[in-house]
Amino acid sequence: MGAAVETVDRTAFVDWLQRIGDSALILGHRVSEWCGHSPALEEDIALANQALDLIGQCQLWLGLAAEVEGKGRTADQMAYLRDVADFRNALLVERPNGDFGQTLMRQFLFDAWHIELLRVLKTSSDPRVAEIAAKAEKEVAYHLERSAELVIRLGDGTAESHERMERALALLYPYTGELFIDDDVDQAVAAAGIGPLPSSLKPAWEQTVRAVLAEATLTWPGEVYQHKGGKKGVHSEFLGYILAEMQFLQRAYPGATW
Amino acid sequence: MSSEWPLWEIFIRGQHGLNHRHVGSLHAPDAEMAIRNARDVYTRRNEGVSIWVVRSNDITASSPSEKGPLFEPSNSKIYRHPTFFDIPEEIGHM
Repeated sequence: MGAAVETVDRTAFVDWLQRIGDSALILGHRVSEWCGHSPALEEDIALANQALDLIGQCQLWLGLAAEVEGKGRTADQMAYLRDVADFRNALLVERPNGDFGQTLMRQFLFDAWHIELLRVLKTSSDPRVAEIAAKAEKEVAYHLERSAELVIRLGDGTAESHERMERALALLYPYTGELFIDDDVDQAVAAAGIGPLPSSLKPAWEQTVRAVLAEATLTWPGEVYQHKGGKKGVHSEFLGYILAEMQFLQRAYPGATW
Repeated sequence: MSSEWPLWEIFIRGQHGLNHRHVGSLHAPDAEMAIRNARDVYTRRNEGVSIWVVRSNDITASSPSEKGPLFEPSNSKIYRHPTFFDIPEEIGHM
């Protein structure tokens, strides 16, 4: 265990790991909802791959959270046996899938943030964090390439696809602000050199998003009201429905395994 | 504009040093997306190191009705096959 871990408040560290792991888990679940329903076979497989990437990452993050917590919990128990208020994912990832444009816009706004986070985490003072980030970064680099290209093609596509992408952006952009808010947990983790202050990721994120939106002929929304609460456990009504589906098996048949 | 994505033929090279092989076809709006889709559809189990995509429409294929003139003449030219060499015992199966 690295020296940094000894200097950071353990509760803050666990909370912070859950924020990353829960965002990956909930987005992975949301994306998996498209399986068998995508507009094209190719998209169906691509989205299923991506969902699996995210759920794989969540396993690593929540596994580490459980290890740091030291109460003998597993990643599965973290995922399946916590209730809404104990989830720390960003509100953005629990937004409904909507149409395909909304799913892609949500993915793009998230990927553009995710990649910046992972790039910094590769140099984390905690080697376990750095290793997970190095693995996840390659997957997320592809997610971002893919979502950015599709946002560009649909934004700069037909009149209808353009209009739908504008609508998707207007719907989802107000949920991005939360990704860049620094709170006491972030301060503690940043002070130990484990992770960046969320606010420090904003300039790079904004640069990526602005460039892609410009190419997609979509309008940068600028300063608008931003929702927050997810990373503190204050969620929208949607998360409960997600958990109801995701956790059903473990709730109905506690301890069931393959 | 057609609302259907065009069809692409996908070629994947499994290892360095091998040829690209035709693995199948898929739909995509353009060449870059065809490569991404091919990555997701055909290389999920680490099958490749390189992907080629070609618009199916751009492939000129021989017609089955020309089979006779195209291929039959070679049937009777057995001397084109290297089957008349004696292979020494020590070489074994070639």
